[in-house]
Amino acid sequence: MQAIARPLARASPRALSRAAALSTWSAVPAGPPDPILGVTEAFKRDQDPRKINLGVGAYRDGNGKPFVLPSVKKAEELVAGVDKEYLPITGLPEFTQRAALLAYGEDSAPLKSNSIAVTQSISGTGALRIGGAFFARFYPHSKTIYLPTPTWGNHTPIFRDSGLEVKGYRYYDKRTVGLDFEGLKEDLKSMPEKSIVLLHACAHNPTGVDPTREQWIEISNIIKEKSLFPFFDMAYQGFASGSTSRDAFAVRHFVSTGHQIALCQSFAKNMGLYGERVGAFSLTTADPEEKARVESQLKIVIRPMYSNPPLHGARIASTILGTPELYSQWEGEVKGMAERIISMRDRLYDNLVAQKTPGDWSHIKSQIGMFSFTGLTTPQTKALAEKAHIYMTADGRISMAGLNAHNIDYFSESVSKAVKGDL
Amino acid sequence: MAVHAETWEEVPLAPPDSIFKLTAAYKADSFPQKINLGVGAYRDDDSKPWVLPVVKKATELLLTDPDIDHEYLPITGLPQFTSAAAKLILGRDSPAILEDRVVSVQTISGTGANHLGALFLSRYYRFGEGGKKVWLSDPTWVNHFAIFRNVQIEPVTYPYYDPATIGLAFEPFLETLRSAAPRSVFLLHACAHNPTGVDPTREQWGQICDIILEKGHYAFFDCAYQGFASGDLDNDAWAVREFVKRGVPLLVCQSFAKNAGLYGERVGAMHVVAPTEEAADRVKSQLSVLQRSEISNPPAHGARLVSLILNEPVLFAQWKEDIKTMAHRIIEMRKELHKLLTEELKTPGNWDHIVNQIGMFSFTGISTEASQALTEKAHIYLTTNGRISMAGLNRKNIRYFAENLDKVVRGQL
Repeated sequence: MQAIARPLARASPRALSRAAALSTWSAVPAGPPDPILGVTEAFKRDQDPRKINLGVGAYRDGNGKPFVLPSVKKAEELVAGVDKEYLPITGLPEFTQRAALLAYGEDSAPLKSNSIAVTQSISGTGALRIGGAFFARFYPHSKTIYLPTPTWGNHTPIFRDSGLEVKGYRYYDKRTVGLDFEGLKEDLKSMPEKSIVLLHACAHNPTGVDPTREQWIEISNIIKEKSLFPFFDMAYQGFASGSTSRDAFAVRHFVSTGHQIALCQSFAKNMGLYGERVGAFSLTTADPEEKARVESQLKIVIRPMYSNPPLHGARIASTILGTPELYSQWEGEVKGMAERIISMRDRLYDNLVAQKTPGDWSHIKSQIGMFSFTGLTTPQTKALAEKAHIYMTADGRISMAGLNAHNIDYFSESVSKAVKGDL
Repeated sequence: MAVHAETWEEVPLAPPDSIFKLTAAYKADSFPQKINLGVGAYRDDDSKPWVLPVVKKATELLLTDPDIDHEYLPITGLPQFTSAAAKLILGRDSPAILEDRVVSVQTISGTGANHLGALFLSRYYRFGEGGKKVWLSDPTWVNHFAIFRNVQIEPVTYPYYDPATIGLAFEPFLETLRSAAPRSVFLLHACAHNPTGVDPTREQWGQICDIILEKGHYAFFDCAYQGFASGDLDNDAWAVREFVKRGVPLLVCQSFAKNAGLYGERVGAMHVVAPTEEAADRVKSQLSVLQRSEISNPPAHGARLVSLILNEPVLFAQWKEDIKTMAHRIIEMRKELHKLLTEELKTPGNWDHIVNQIGMFSFTGISTEASQALTEKAHIYLTTNGRISMAGLNRKNIRYFAENLDKVVRGQL
């Protein structure tokens, strides 16, 4: 900068300021495109009529269209005439109460004793960020959070930017395309005591590989032995099995066996409210007095970031959860979405086998939720994008929701060719 | 039974947010003539929240549009919203827009914009010998301090308000601009200064701009009241546009909470005016990275409403009328209050600032003790710095307010 500044030293103030202006952002490097959201951008640019977007985890109906849940449409009409006043910092109280009830279940001890500190958040991302910042500030025993390998790509930047150190524990076994349970247990046992452990409550993203109930129980026991802190991310409640209570098993088991937990909830997928950014962050605490202290500090995290959360989505979610007919309608719709995805899994498996695709594809059926870790390599995914106009993230993750009766044959043929090297 | 019963033991109880606390106290008060002059949210003449007629129209349009879904917006927000928002504040013919030098990101209202702007500066601004600081007006919106501290930028204050004149401390302000280290960051309220309602004149803005250019300072504009200050959108954007025209490096935070009455829908934007298109691209990529690790992408509904309002000529015209309705009611209240104090009650002191100050707030000039007395004795809720939200006054309560203000000034409350 000295070289530029000197010749201009005798220039007019405007030229000096222009130099200053020119230099203001000259050191800002170009940031990388987002690996997940960047897939959709690439898809949009593609003109080929056969193109398929299997990138972002957003549900699509049988015709490949975004699906506005009928229960959501009804709720939206009901909340249309309400005012636009600011919500409290921790959000719409009816929403947070009902969200907590959905996750923890009505028999939950801390819920019944009014000891769950909860705040509305900007969907799951916002919940993770609030949680990360809260732990960085107030968790007394560690500043390290352990994430499963692999995990959702955005987890690492969220926790790092919150001020936590990020490490990994073994989770996915490439060889079996399943859970590396022995590795997971070993890593939990060798973590420093009282470390923070991130757990995907259900429908692991990106692998779709979930522990069984028995495995969850073992995991819970080890976590208790080592006094590790369970930090749950639940973005797919209802979406995994079709049942909201079933999908909350791990969370509820941990709480009922005496763990204190942190929980991030998203209503992006299970209510299709993606862009409305509806979520919640909660912590189980010792009692209402502690809940009050913790909530007061959650507010201190939130206020300088965005003051208070958005109304619209929270009102919709709250109306659904609080109106019995809408609630059961919604449960039926979630089940419908989960079932369509399961049927796509079955069909994809059948197609790949019929085409004598090398390899064992049973993981397609055993994996759970919106995503499937196909096992495709990065070069294969690249080839699929470039030659077949099929878009997925480079790690071979596909959003099952992007498949339907119209495109599944083209997809399975292309995958088969890619694996055989014939693309 | 809990494994970590002591985990959150040491978490201290934080003091409640001062403004929200005031509203909570007001709600709990059962006194029939209570008045809430705390939060800067517009109220109609019946003290009710007012959903703008244009917002009702836009809501109906969205509800009946079969193509509207709830899909994720791009990381930087709804493009039709951000580009229209940029044109609104910078002017559709802004050289910066025409030259593709503006980076616009949809944010969670004004707070989100301030936070993102501050975070970006914290990461990428090359602070000079002055260190990692931001200059805030004394006084300013209370949340500004927390916003900057939260991203490790130290807030310091520049003289702004002169209690002796209940006006602008102009010379001391200029002096601070001159003596600050080169390339310092100055937060400027684009119009309708919060909390004082005291704005520089255009002539004064020109002088402020001169020094900012000389010193290579960075202008961090906060614009939460465009349209609300004078009733005219372009008028209220004058300072920002002038600075862009003169080449000051700047960003501007924009809120639609007040001027569109969309408070809780959290509609805002942050625009960085870069020196070149190429720089703008790099800046945009980094803003996306920052946004992604905090919220991923911003909330859709409010942005869709504002996008309709800004882009449909009929709705835009209606909006301008709705803004005038609000701005004019406030100006009427100012005039009425001034009249009551000076002509009828003959309250000691000069009350011209009530009509000279601009926007939603008025800095009455009364002391902390007097403010507290108004609350405790007269059930009139205002912040302890003597700031009142004019929007909280109406034809039914203005006399009660004036009489009690008069009493407290006379020491008779």
